[in-house]
Amino acid sequence: MALWTGFVFVLVVGLDLVVLASSRLRGAIRTVAFQGAVMSALPLLLASEHHQTVHVLALALGALVVKGVVIPGMMLWAMREAAIRRELEPIVGFVPSMVLGAVGVALAFTYSGSLPLPIHARHTLLVPSALSTVWTGLILVMTRRKAVAQVLGFLVVENGIFVFGLLLSDFMPFMVEAGVLLDLLAAIFVMGIVIFHINREFASLDTRRLTSLRD
Amino acid sequence: MRHLVALVAFLAFLLLSPLLLGVVNRVKAVFAGRTGAPLLQPYRDLRRLLGKQAVYSRTTTWVFRAGPVVGLAAVVAAGLLMSFGGAPALLPFPGDFILFAYLLGLGRFFTALAALDTGSSFEGMGAAREVTFASFAEPALFLCLVVLVRATGSMSLSGMLRAELPEIWHTQGPALLLAAVALLVVALAENARIPVDDPNTHLELTMIHEVMVLDHSGPDLAFIQYGASLKLFLFGALVVRLALGFPFSSTWWSLLAFLGGMALFAVVLGTIESTTARLRLIRVPQLLVAASIMGAFALVLILR
Repeated sequence: MALWTGFVFVLVVGLDLVVLASSRLRGAIRTVAFQGAVMSALPLLLASEHHQTVHVLALALGALVVKGVVIPGMMLWAMREAAIRRELEPIVGFVPSMVLGAVGVALAFTYSGSLPLPIHARHTLLVPSALSTVWTGLILVMTRRKAVAQVLGFLVVENGIFVFGLLLSDFMPFMVEAGVLLDLLAAIFVMGIVIFHINREFASLDTRRLTSLRD
Repeated sequence: MRHLVALVAFLAFLLLSPLLLGVVNRVKAVFAGRTGAPLLQPYRDLRRLLGKQAVYSRTTTWVFRAGPVVGLAAVVAAGLLMSFGGAPALLPFPGDFILFAYLLGLGRFFTALAALDTGSSFEGMGAAREVTFASFAEPALFLCLVVLVRATGSMSLSGMLRAELPEIWHTQGPALLLAAVALLVVALAENARIPVDDPNTHLELTMIHEVMVLDHSGPDLAFIQYGASLKLFLFGALVVRLALGFPFSSTWWSLLAFLGGMALFAVVLGTIESTTARLRLIRVPQLLVAASIMGAFALVLILR
């Protein structure tokens, strides 16, 4: 069982690097959705016998629906509305950002063993995977220019926090977890509206279209 | 007994490599809805080429004639170090994986030199691309081999790919999986297969590997094509043994299962070639850097 959980963690970190390397926004959104869906299996895999079954199932199902279906669907909708297909000029290029992400992953996996944690982690790869995912999300937020890609980075950070939160899932009450998921949903909703408005402003103020008319 | 198995495995490597290419081509034909060439077509091509006379341009020197010979000799020598399906290699020694990688490098070096020797600008361009991509593929190959060294505690290819490899999957599964995927990408790049290079293309501007051998003819071209199929078999042996190590007690069964795995490898290769588009040239280094990163990640996983 621990081996399969290890495969899931490695898959999560691998998907981080795929997101960093992908220039097409649609592919990146799908990758993050897949990552969310893969992660939603983690509460089940890591569950100990102290857990209430209903609690674990609800957490997994909630994560699957919110991270795997609802939020990516809204992101794809925002992308269609804003008519952006790909991130053309990131501040840091795709290969350098991938290498940067890999350096973060290597550091996380090397040094997470020496972090003083109040609770014993249930799997050795849990903390480094969470840290690498948060690092990946921060790189995305910092280095991408398009608003959709930055929101995506925020989502990846949230995925990392979700994994880290599994460390505390013995102690966290159900309502808090549900609140976190709803909070995220609301944040993405607001960001989607903001993206939509930015796009509408730009569409009406597009200078290139004006010059082409004058010619 | 073990030497006999090693000898049989080596003979299978020498004899069955063109068949591997035949299977790949047949799978591609099936995907395209064609009947396709017979499975033994690569052997017929080789026989036809061997019966012809080579033509040499007056601008070429001995380097051009040495290229195909050295290329083939290097790949056969690399085959002596390789373990096929858990059987020991014919000439194993500690550290032979470094010689293995550089024998392949030597073959590529001479192929590139022979291409430059013709003085054709297209061949020079192909040689430049080939060595550029090879320099990205080499770190990935070495990282994967170092992962294997670390996981098995053995410094030779025969030791790394010996019968205990399947058991290491139980403890180091994620790292070995990453290494296997990275090795598959390296195999695609080194053998000029589709996401990196198209073996069937005949437009000089986009060719990489094939453009380097445009001026070779007759037996020289046969050597090059045979060498390419041997190289594909070598990388296939590495990937197959790593990904599907068959835990059979009998070495003969293990060898048979390995040959079945190689057929599966050919089918997978044909499927990849039929279902993916070729990458733009500037995206190829990105793919190979990703393979290196996977190898490095596997190493980090195994070292912690």
